[in-house]
Amino acid sequence: MSTQKRVIFKSTWLPYALVAPQLAITLVFFFWPAGQTLIQSMQLEDAFGATTQFVGLDNFRALFNDEGYLNSVKVTIEFSAAVAVLGLSIALLLAAMADRVLRGATFYKTLLIWPYAVAPAVVAVLFVFLFSPTLGIIAHALTVFGIEWNHLLDGDQAMLLIIMAAVWKQISYNFLFFLAGLQAIPASLIEAAAIDGAGPLRRFWTIVFPLLSPTTFFLLVINVVYAFFDTFAIVDAATQGGPARATEILVFKVYQDGFKALDLGGSAAQSAILMAIVIGLTIAQFRYIERKVQY
Amino acid sequence: MIERRPVLTFTRHTLLLLGVAVVAFPIYVTFVASTLTLDQVLAAPMQLWPGSQLIENYTYVLGHGSTKGASAPVGQMMFNSLVMALSIAIGKIAISLLSAFAIVYFQFPFRNTIFWMIFITLMLPVEVRILPTYKVVADLGMINTYAGLTIPLIASATATFLFRQFFLSIPDELAEAARIDGAGPMRFFWDVVVPLSRTSIAALFVIQFIYGWNQYLWPLLVTTDESMYTTVIGIKRMITGGDAATEWQLVMATAMLAMLPPVLVVLLMQKWFVKGLVETEK
Repeated sequence: MSTQKRVIFKSTWLPYALVAPQLAITLVFFFWPAGQTLIQSMQLEDAFGATTQFVGLDNFRALFNDEGYLNSVKVTIEFSAAVAVLGLSIALLLAAMADRVLRGATFYKTLLIWPYAVAPAVVAVLFVFLFSPTLGIIAHALTVFGIEWNHLLDGDQAMLLIIMAAVWKQISYNFLFFLAGLQAIPASLIEAAAIDGAGPLRRFWTIVFPLLSPTTFFLLVINVVYAFFDTFAIVDAATQGGPARATEILVFKVYQDGFKALDLGGSAAQSAILMAIVIGLTIAQFRYIERKVQY
Repeated sequence: MIERRPVLTFTRHTLLLLGVAVVAFPIYVTFVASTLTLDQVLAAPMQLWPGSQLIENYTYVLGHGSTKGASAPVGQMMFNSLVMALSIAIGKIAISLLSAFAIVYFQFPFRNTIFWMIFITLMLPVEVRILPTYKVVADLGMINTYAGLTIPLIASATATFLFRQFFLSIPDELAEAARIDGAGPMRFFWDVVVPLSRTSIAALFVIQFIYGWNQYLWPLLVTTDESMYTTVIGIKRMITGGDAATEWQLVMATAMLAMLPPVLVVLLMQKWFVKGLVETEK
């Protein structure tokens, strides 16, 4: 693919002036801080910030020996896996239902997409309100069934709470992409299978689902990125990482260690690890684009 | 539909309605809570039909905020959120249009380097460079300013890509014709490129407006002054006191107000929204 025009304009200074704003912001707010992060991740600063000392990979070594960090890794993996699997399955189910609905397709679409517009922090506040042990309407309903709900004390319930909030918010996004993917599948393929006697479930698993796999893979990456990074607001507004660090995901810990505990080196090392994760995920995402073209 | 199966059709609609209900329920409860008195909200379980305090609660938060936690008026917060969302959406679109135009229509040294530098920002979300970015903004004296809230967020690799892709699809004949007619590059940009990009601009605007309005981590760091809080931050500050001390009816009214603009944008500009989502991710 050509990356430039055959017809181009000539100017020695204009192109630089045009990219200058973007470039300035990129350098000042992206490259410089990212570089600082990498440098700080290999430094040790005393509590007053007076002296710094180069310590190589010590900060990283300390992290991997730190139980709090390992716990955070575990929490993040559980959380991301649950958010991705639940978010994708529920959205796929709804999209498959909406795909061949004759009447009301737009109606359902409109009513299912708007949670995308609700801020994650607001979603968290709504769920905290619904599940509040003292006044939450759902928590109250659960006691009727004999379930004691208190996410302020029970770590598993706290985890469940942020998973539900994160999934609720993400379903609309997944739904839209699945619906677009489903509608791109030619009806003739499915009709042919129907004529050969395949029932709806069989048709879904042997034809529709395999054809959807590029979309599913793409959404999987997006959902993992979402669970890793965009859910900071949900955790901060709903559980603050608690109780007893049960919901302390990596991004929240970076913030907590950097801003609250003022552990610069440790926080920077955590940031560097997250950076490596984003780079990996971004590359995975671009693989998807390449693969999609062939199919 | 391939075949007629009433049971299947029935299941479809039931599941979809269930999905709609799950999506709508939290919002409905929020709305109801925002129309009650505090005592009514605290009476567990809360009633599920709207109360009489709709106008009182909303006018109170808009003018005064809550009496505990953050006390800045929500009207001010809504204004801050609006400034933030609009500046980010317009800023991103403007600088991305310009840089994509330079990259596609000019040949100059370091063109590819610059393109890759913009690309790499995709891999550096705020979350992985929190402290140093905060420090840069603090050193530049931009804490508690609109500039500090918005400028660090307006670099955009995705928007630059989207416009670059689109510009590459504009027929060369247009540029040629413009040149023959004696139009310079900027004239061509304003009179041909920008009008042709209208659809992409509208789609991006919707996505970026929502992105800007819903920002959390960044305003949390950059605003310490109550009068600079955005609505989303304001809600969080209102509930720091715990269940008993929180004026839930006011928090819920603020939550409704925080949701209203982005949800309206999605519903009213649904076509652009779907287009924007699909295009920015590809």
